[in-house]
Amino acid sequence: MARGSPRVPAAGGSLSGLLASREIVVACGPGGVGKTTTAAAAAAMAAARLGGKVLVLTVDPAKRLADALGLKGIGNKEKRVPEKAFTDAGVKPEGELYAAMLDTKESWDALISHHAPDTRTRDEILANPLYRNISGRFVQSHDYIAMERLFEIHAEGTYDLIVVDTPPTRNALDFLDAPERMAEFFSSRLLRWLIVPYRSKIVNFASRPFYQVADRILGTQFLSDIAEFFILFQSMYDGFVERARSVQRLLADRRTSFIVVSTLEAVPLREGEFFAQALSDRQLHLGAIVLNKVLPSYLRDPGGAAVAARLRDDAAKLAAQLSPITGGAQVEQVERVLSEVGSSYLDYRVIAEREAEEQAELETVPETLVSVPFFDTDVYDLKGLFRIGESLWGR
Amino acid sequence: MIPLLDRRLIFVTGKGGVGKTTVAAALALFASEHGKRTLLCEADPRGDIASYFETSPTEFRARELLPGLWGMSMDTEASLREYLRLNLRIPVVGRIGPLAKAFDFVATAAPGVREVLIVGKFCYEVREDHYDLVVVDASATGHIVGQLSAPQAINELVKVGLIRSQTDWVLEILSDPARTGLVVVTTPEEMPVNETMELAVRVKQETTVELASVVVNRVLPELFGRSEEQIFEQLCQEDATAELGRLADGDAGPVLQAARLAVTLRRTRAGHLERLRAGIDPEVAMLYLPFLFTRSHGLRTIRQVARSLGEELGF
Repeated sequence: MARGSPRVPAAGGSLSGLLASREIVVACGPGGVGKTTTAAAAAAMAAARLGGKVLVLTVDPAKRLADALGLKGIGNKEKRVPEKAFTDAGVKPEGELYAAMLDTKESWDALISHHAPDTRTRDEILANPLYRNISGRFVQSHDYIAMERLFEIHAEGTYDLIVVDTPPTRNALDFLDAPERMAEFFSSRLLRWLIVPYRSKIVNFASRPFYQVADRILGTQFLSDIAEFFILFQSMYDGFVERARSVQRLLADRRTSFIVVSTLEAVPLREGEFFAQALSDRQLHLGAIVLNKVLPSYLRDPGGAAVAARLRDDAAKLAAQLSPITGGAQVEQVERVLSEVGSSYLDYRVIAEREAEEQAELETVPETLVSVPFFDTDVYDLKGLFRIGESLWGR
Repeated sequence: MIPLLDRRLIFVTGKGGVGKTTVAAALALFASEHGKRTLLCEADPRGDIASYFETSPTEFRARELLPGLWGMSMDTEASLREYLRLNLRIPVVGRIGPLAKAFDFVATAAPGVREVLIVGKFCYEVREDHYDLVVVDASATGHIVGQLSAPQAINELVKVGLIRSQTDWVLEILSDPARTGLVVVTTPEEMPVNETMELAVRVKQETTVELASVVVNRVLPELFGRSEEQIFEQLCQEDATAELGRLADGDAGPVLQAARLAVTLRRTRAGHLERLRAGIDPEVAMLYLPFLFTRSHGLRTIRQVARSLGEELGF
């Protein structure tokens, strides 16, 4: 794979340059805009056109995506997308496409096993009720583990390109800050303060009021569960912090780039812009903005609007004039069809105009802007992904 | 099943981008216009429900946004402060800083503690009868189960202490279908429909809250009946399109193309809608809201949605 000039920004509304020059491309943005599909389409195109080994790492357990990739389900372990899925889609791939899904629990367990100083500590942590709770349902832990797993896979060096689909986080930026927060968390003085009494049995004077309150709220048993958990975790402190910092460095590295995926609807777009801003605040590389599901331009045809208005307003007259063509149909029905067709155009035009305006405003952002047209059918196979992929590649 | 607006606490959830906040705001507005003292709560402190009402940002302390409609935003530190003041009866004014920090810490490690505080605040408003109805613009579908099941999780982890006795009454309110219900907002598209069906199952298995209603947002209008569709197909023939263009003084191509797009869209969505209907317990009320072909969002949109919601609720 071409790796010569990673610093040249992609141009001309295409992701091809970005995908050819980076090792990691992270797709982020608001929920519900087709982020997972976009990431998969980008990875499929890269594998087909650029060659090398390409991995799409998804956090979305969408069965449909697995189906689209011709896989029987995607797990924590990477799976190769069968060549047949490509040939079925009429594409002869230059390289290989792999897919993996993030399994939070499994990834946490692997991480603990990696960092635990001995098997006893490992087993104690894995059995701790708090740990089980955290790794199983703790929402924010997704964010950290997603980036951690990315780091791990990247470090193994198997893939030329990894395209990552980010978790739907409550706060769009959680996953970016997760490594840093994790490091902070474990190096915090507060943590030591919290577990001191359970180590020394001597509650110091300054922290006594806190324990009294905490005890009354949470109960002693719960507090000591927490303390035990942290004491166990502290044995892994150095490894964890170092790892979190490495993850952070990798995200900021020039080999990594981010793409923000959004639609042109008001709320997602605002969130998308917020995201783009946040990336630049953190000095992370924003490679492109992908606008998904953009309505076709014929909806903004000025002549079209005039015709549509006439269809709606003069439907009765036009229906009568059309009777040689429409033959046996009732004139009233033809009238209704014409009026519906006209009104519908004008309705959709409102949306298309609004989107065009949003896009024009956005174009002042000095980044690659890729737009993917609205497709009226859902993606069910690799062929569908390639249709989106073609748009990502630009004309 | 108990009518939606007869309940006291309604959580509104949905996949990102389906209009969850809009529906929560519209539901609260409608209730307030029908004589209910209503509190609209935003569970996400970063949300901007205020912009939907075109007013200055809401805070933890509820403020009357419109007659009969109060708004507040969740703030866990303020909630903790209130909680301590009410439950411990100790002056924590000076100490809340480090305490809140420590709490934050514990909450980060012990999942559920923060959620209990959030959900507890909403339940508290119900218990104290401050309002007739509390509408919560809750977490998105990915997190709502965690939020609603937190009191149980805490109950399992914590055996004694104040928080335990708190989760007992919180659970009682949440588990009572006469008082509490969950509304899931979706759109008739593939992923939102899938998520809604999965969520319905998880809510039943993992929480004690009743799924009261599914709101299907952005339902597209039906353009043609069957015989009308034949006429449309006739018009799409090359000669007919040319003739129509001549009569209407322009190119009819884009207009007919757009109508075809509208028909296809509607049809694709109808399929997803059917799947949804088949997948959701028929007891659960389905409410349909039309796609709004409007330029703007804000109060005007909320009013339109509130009106449609009212019709669907039989008012």
